[in-house]
Amino acid sequence: MTTAPPSPARPNVFEYAPAPESRSIVDIAPSYGLFIDGEFVDGTGEPFASVNPATEEVLTQVSSGSDADVDRAVAAARRAFTRVWGPMRPTDRGKYLFRIARLLQERAREFAVLESLDNGKPIRESRDVDVPLAAAHFFYHAGWADKLDFAGLGPDPKPLGVAGQVIPWNFPLLMLAWKVAPALATGNTVVLKPAQTTPLTALLFAEICQQADLPPGVVNIVTGAGETGRAVVEHGDVDKVAFTGSTEVGKSIARAVAGTRKSLTLELGGKAANIVFDDAPIDQAVEGIVQGIFFNQGHVCCAGSRLLVQESVRDEVIASLQRRIGTLRVGDPLDKNTDIGAINSAEQLARIREMSDYGEAEGAQRWQPDCVLPERGYWFPPTVFTDVAPAHRIAREEVFGPVLSVLTFRTPDEAVAKANNSTYGLSAGIWTEKGSRILTIANQLRAGVVWANTFNKFDPASPFGGYKQSGYGREGGRHGLTGYLKGATHS
Amino acid sequence: MNDRLAVRKTYKLYLNGAFPRSESGRTYEVTDHRGHFLANAARASRKDARDAVVAARRAFGTWSAMTAYNRGQVLYRVAEVMEGRHVQFCEEVAAAEGLSQSKARAAVDAAIDRWVWYAGWTDKLGAVLGGSNPVAGPYFDFSIPEPSGVVAVLAPQQSSLLGLASVLAPVLAAGNTAVVVTSKERPLPAVTLGEVLATSDVPGGVVNLLTGDAEELGPWLAEHADVDGIDLTGAPPGRAMEFEREAAGTLKRVLRPSATEPDWTADPGLSRMTPFLETKTVWHPIGI
Repeated sequence: MTTAPPSPARPNVFEYAPAPESRSIVDIAPSYGLFIDGEFVDGTGEPFASVNPATEEVLTQVSSGSDADVDRAVAAARRAFTRVWGPMRPTDRGKYLFRIARLLQERAREFAVLESLDNGKPIRESRDVDVPLAAAHFFYHAGWADKLDFAGLGPDPKPLGVAGQVIPWNFPLLMLAWKVAPALATGNTVVLKPAQTTPLTALLFAEICQQADLPPGVVNIVTGAGETGRAVVEHGDVDKVAFTGSTEVGKSIARAVAGTRKSLTLELGGKAANIVFDDAPIDQAVEGIVQGIFFNQGHVCCAGSRLLVQESVRDEVIASLQRRIGTLRVGDPLDKNTDIGAINSAEQLARIREMSDYGEAEGAQRWQPDCVLPERGYWFPPTVFTDVAPAHRIAREEVFGPVLSVLTFRTPDEAVAKANNSTYGLSAGIWTEKGSRILTIANQLRAGVVWANTFNKFDPASPFGGYKQSGYGREGGRHGLTGYLKGATHS
Repeated sequence: MNDRLAVRKTYKLYLNGAFPRSESGRTYEVTDHRGHFLANAARASRKDARDAVVAARRAFGTWSAMTAYNRGQVLYRVAEVMEGRHVQFCEEVAAAEGLSQSKARAAVDAAIDRWVWYAGWTDKLGAVLGGSNPVAGPYFDFSIPEPSGVVAVLAPQQSSLLGLASVLAPVLAAGNTAVVVTSKERPLPAVTLGEVLATSDVPGGVVNLLTGDAEELGPWLAEHADVDGIDLTGAPPGRAMEFEREAAGTLKRVLRPSATEPDWTADPGLSRMTPFLETKTVWHPIGI
């Protein structure tokens, strides 16, 4: 009796039938205006298209906010702050936030589908991570609104006023929640500029604000490109600037607010080390490595993009990792079985390709599984670079894509030195069975979030933010409130 | 009458635990508030500032790794040793600031008490600023404050000792190391403080005191890639915005100056420590 040899090309054990989530639940209008003072209004800038990155289909046309539009939005936010939101009973502010949290939960499926359409992320993630966490952020901060006196931030904390907020395209709704929920809970009003390639869930959120009867002007959403963001950041009547995005833009914002009264928080790039010691449970660690770098196509500022693996288990970890990556399903973001969706934009795809080419040019070895990518849309297969040296660009610079750089170490000291050898300091991972080692290494890592035997976990109660050039200020938890209060004394 | 000729003191930099002259060989004349000659102080150069950053970086590992209890005892020791030099500080502060004896004494008292106050903070910060976070999942999640690293301090120009203590002690209590540019016209109490620090179990390099001109040294420290934070309190009028811009190039933590020099007798709260503290959050699964 003979048996057929196993196919070397496809390690997949199972074939999956397509299981697409229906997009009929979302109703995308042909065009969208800006949300200012409680109403949708036409922007005076040049409209732009929002594209489904999985198909390159134009989803809709979106208004672009000019300086004059931003000016109107800030004026509306100022009025709302002075007349309505500032003087409002804190308990009532909280109740509005509870309403918003509930409305997000009620319309969760709609938000999830829309997010996946506009962003390209798998529905499994938008459904199970982005949208529930966004709702949780509002629910969490709702409770703070009338308890700020108990937050240990000094006596009688007061809001700053109008917050200008600029958010990225990788977690469009979730980043909105991270920004808007603490700002409103602390009594500020908001002018928010969503990312140019992912404005749609923010515009749907505007509808939530209307359904919640949130007073006009408390939340204003001004879509557009970088210039619109600049107008928000540099507006003279903005008291607070909060930005999540690239370190390069973060620096220019820090320069722009220098010498002003504006309070600034920045959540910027990262190049997280994910450190695997030889005593780690390898299967769990491999799951963590995959979760760390391929979650959201690696479009994650805290992605575990540098795998530091102890030399003695290097081969075992790489073999297991490659086997696991071979089972990842890349494709239709709306398919419930999809693990890796589309790259958010052609521009980002070009950046990932460029960085990967540098990886090879500088001497690292590229490995990609045998996987078939859709013909239309922006796609990049999960990629692992081995033989990476600390000086390589793919070890130092943020790729912001599904590209893992593997480095090795021999001793814990070497692991720490390599992990900290970065201008960034946002996050890190540690995999080991030894508790005392976890605490020692966590203590020595210069990073704002350290995940031990887990990775990429987020919670509204847990402060998030970076050391060094990953920015400053924290989002979430008691610490996150300080960025929105006068004279609050938390770091 | 005693006709003994006094032994005058040479006022030098305090750098990496030692008292060198400026590598540039430069000095400048320091006068009292009436314009009478007091001393020739070292005028620190860009190179001195860079050396000081190297020393502060090296010392950061030691200082930040000490237990908070130990750091607190060292800072308290600074107060003890200052107390022994009370008379000297009073004379220097009076000469520098033109204060009456009683006002100078009050300023020195307050400066010493400030070190005591911050000494007691080192092992409280973790409890007051940190804690466990009740996340919605099977994880133990906690946040702790940690020092930012090397902090450049442009010390106040007016208050030569109390102001200096008020900006330096919080940076140290938070676990940072410091490169300080002292008051340009009133540097002598700072040099004496350096002598106190050198004999108070403060490891060399944890504090580096550069006498000289914040206008000259500020830009180098603001743009230095191995400086993690900068306190602009003593920035020359009109230059703070430029220094903050420079600091943005490496995203330093910046403590902006107030329009006028603060009332240093006021309760400082946490406001001078938190700008130079980071929050680290650690997650670990809960399970069997």
